Amino acid sequence: MKKTLGAVAAAAAIALSLSACGGSAPAAEAKGEINYWLWDANQLPAYQQCADDFTKANPDIKVKITQRGWDDYWTTLTNGFVAGTAPDVFTNHLSKYPEYAAKKQLLSLDDAVAKDGIKLDSYTKGLPELWVGQDGKRYGLPKDWDTVGLFYNKAMTDSAGLTAEQMANLDWNPQDGGSYEKAIAHLTVDKNGARGDEAGFDKNNVAVYGLGLAGGGSGQGQTEWSFLTATTGWTHTDQNPWGTKFNYDDPRFQETIAWWAGLIEKGYMPKLETTVGASLADNFGAGKAAINTTGDWLIGQYQSYKGVETAFAPTPKGPEGKRASMFNGLADSVWAGSKNPAAAVKWVEYLGSTACQDVVAKKAVVFPALTSSSEIAAKAFADKGTDVSAFTTHVKDGTTFLFPIADKAAKVDGIMKPAMDAVLAGKKPASSLTEANNQVNALFK
Amino acid sequence: MTTITKLPDPVAGGSKHPQRGKNPRPGRGRRLGDLRIALLFILPAMVGFVAFFLIPTIRGIYLSFTEYSVLGDPTWIGTKNYTAIFADELFWNAMAVTVQYVGLNIGFQTVIALGLALLMHRVAKSTLIRGVLLLPFLVANVIVALLWFWMLDYQIGIVNEIINWFGLPRIAFFGSEQWAIPTIAGVNVWRHMGYTALLIFAGLQSIPSHVYEVASLDGASQTRTFWSITMPLLRPVLVLVLVVTVIGSFQVFDTVAVTTGGGPINASRVIQMYIYQKAFGESDFGYASALSVILFVILALVAFIQMKFLKGNESDLD
Repeated sequence: MKKTLGAVAAAAAIALSLSACGGSAPAAEAKGEINYWLWDANQLPAYQQCADDFTKANPDIKVKITQRGWDDYWTTLTNGFVAGTAPDVFTNHLSKYPEYAAKKQLLSLDDAVAKDGIKLDSYTKGLPELWVGQDGKRYGLPKDWDTVGLFYNKAMTDSAGLTAEQMANLDWNPQDGGSYEKAIAHLTVDKNGARGDEAGFDKNNVAVYGLGLAGGGSGQGQTEWSFLTATTGWTHTDQNPWGTKFNYDDPRFQETIAWWAGLIEKGYMPKLETTVGASLADNFGAGKAAINTTGDWLIGQYQSYKGVETAFAPTPKGPEGKRASMFNGLADSVWAGSKNPAAAVKWVEYLGSTACQDVVAKKAVVFPALTSSSEIAAKAFADKGTDVSAFTTHVKDGTTFLFPIADKAAKVDGIMKPAMDAVLAGKKPASSLTEANNQVNALFK
Repeated sequence: MTTITKLPDPVAGGSKHPQRGKNPRPGRGRRLGDLRIALLFILPAMVGFVAFFLIPTIRGIYLSFTEYSVLGDPTWIGTKNYTAIFADELFWNAMAVTVQYVGLNIGFQTVIALGLALLMHRVAKSTLIRGVLLLPFLVANVIVALLWFWMLDYQIGIVNEIINWFGLPRIAFFGSEQWAIPTIAGVNVWRHMGYTALLIFAGLQSIPSHVYEVASLDGASQTRTFWSITMPLLRPVLVLVLVVTVIGSFQVFDTVAVTTGGGPINASRVIQMYIYQKAFGESDFGYASALSVILFVILALVAFIQMKFLKGNESDLD
């Protein structure tokens, strides 16, 4: 029985692919099996629930979800485009989609949005526009958003005498680091128990670092440094989206990076070489760092460490008294080579609908893109006893700035990752980033 | 066949013996009738060779003259990729890093493998022990790399725990620029030494024992026997082993890819890693193809030089 079904499905798929190859009429009926990929294992249960609900409502369409780790996700996807085995629908990232759109691998969703009357203004402000390509066409429907915050070890701040209120009201400047640096210094403890701001502190034998280090942050520094650089008024590119000139030669940027890298020299932050193969979060869980700067998608993971109470504070206020956080949003896109575009579009619309985003919201793992669902998520977090105001405050106060969307992101990364690492490793001064910037800008000539 | 009289005088040094004329090759026209049946036997291997080596190589060479992002069609740009490569600092860095890796890897691997092979030949005659030496090679490369990646981890690795226990400072084996390549080379030496030893061991076994008897009758010391008999007679096998391991070593990729990914900074960005990064990371398949062609030429040259100057295709036993 199973075999015959498979044969029928195969025949149907061939028929569909034939009609798709014809390129004339889109497949009239939305049915069959579609493949969906995502990279975040934490969100898999929520989306599996969505898929089950979707199939219940549309018995003709089956959704097969595949989760792949971030590192393999993009190469497998590119290979899939070439080989014709890419998923019909996949979770897309702002740093990747411009190239795919330019190479005509993404299906424009404008017709579907118009036809099915999708209200783009019900998504959190700024998110839908991110997914409109350089050609003015829409290549994704927003699924969630994220901001950055300070994740800190409550027991450590308590013993250091720092209150939650103090942690939530830190300020920073690139010259002396402000109260942000003072807190980091005070939270750093060496092997003999001396704090980072006390006499006799041994910076070569640190037991607990005030600030954890994930890596150099490459060209974006989403969770590493962008929340600092942005408070100085610096922007990654001349315009966003679709900037063609990068600003890594700006003194405001280089000062910030110099201050940040200086924390290593002072013994407040681990050396870059110790981060290879290490996990920022696991080191935090092991009590080796007091503060981590990272994104809200990791709230669940940070709360899962036994014996560690993690609290959240908004990123520090900058020289002008305002905070900043990169605002990144994911979306679901349809592959242009999908053999079943009708069903794929239907699934993307479902993913972007309240039905699915409310399901995701209730799992309290991420903030869905729909404003209403996002509020449900905030409430779900609160019900679990988690105060997420550190992340929502950026959206409420309008202190977010958008992820820098530009063409040739992979090449920019190829230049900026070693360049940033060299500065952090103390091999080169921050001024060497001017040379890297020249290389980056040469890509766009 | 070998006779005692034809053997080189061990005292005079086997490697310096005069060249002997080769046996005259059988006539070319010999039994042309075998050709068809020969082709039939070659056919299966030929199909694989053409489909998986010849065509991809030719296509790779073609792509090296194009700009090609996989999605879309290649456009012919002449030798632009090659001129860009020669001006590319990262390419030269990758070459330097690769050569450093090959030097460390082959140096240690060959010496250790030779030592192991001698032990296998003279001392460890139990099949179990000989088998155990081969064990690391039976584990997949990526698994070996990950295993060592964890064992050598800065914070939680057992090796650093032991170092720390002795009161010495921890070492960022994969994280520091000085250690990254030696560490990766070391991991691969550990995996391959047993296998290389096995190849050399086979070579040792092919040296007839009466040569050693004669040497000991003449009162040659162990060291003298090793340098004047074992090494010269082992040469063809050693050359083959070197050619194979050097080529394999130049192609190091998986160990780097699953551990450092080319970092820190550019310290372990070996040429294969750079090719992969250009092709699959930055969708620059034309450039990556040109890099591959250059690597191909280099490897062909290395193999040629090794065969030519180390006379790997001749045996002193003739």
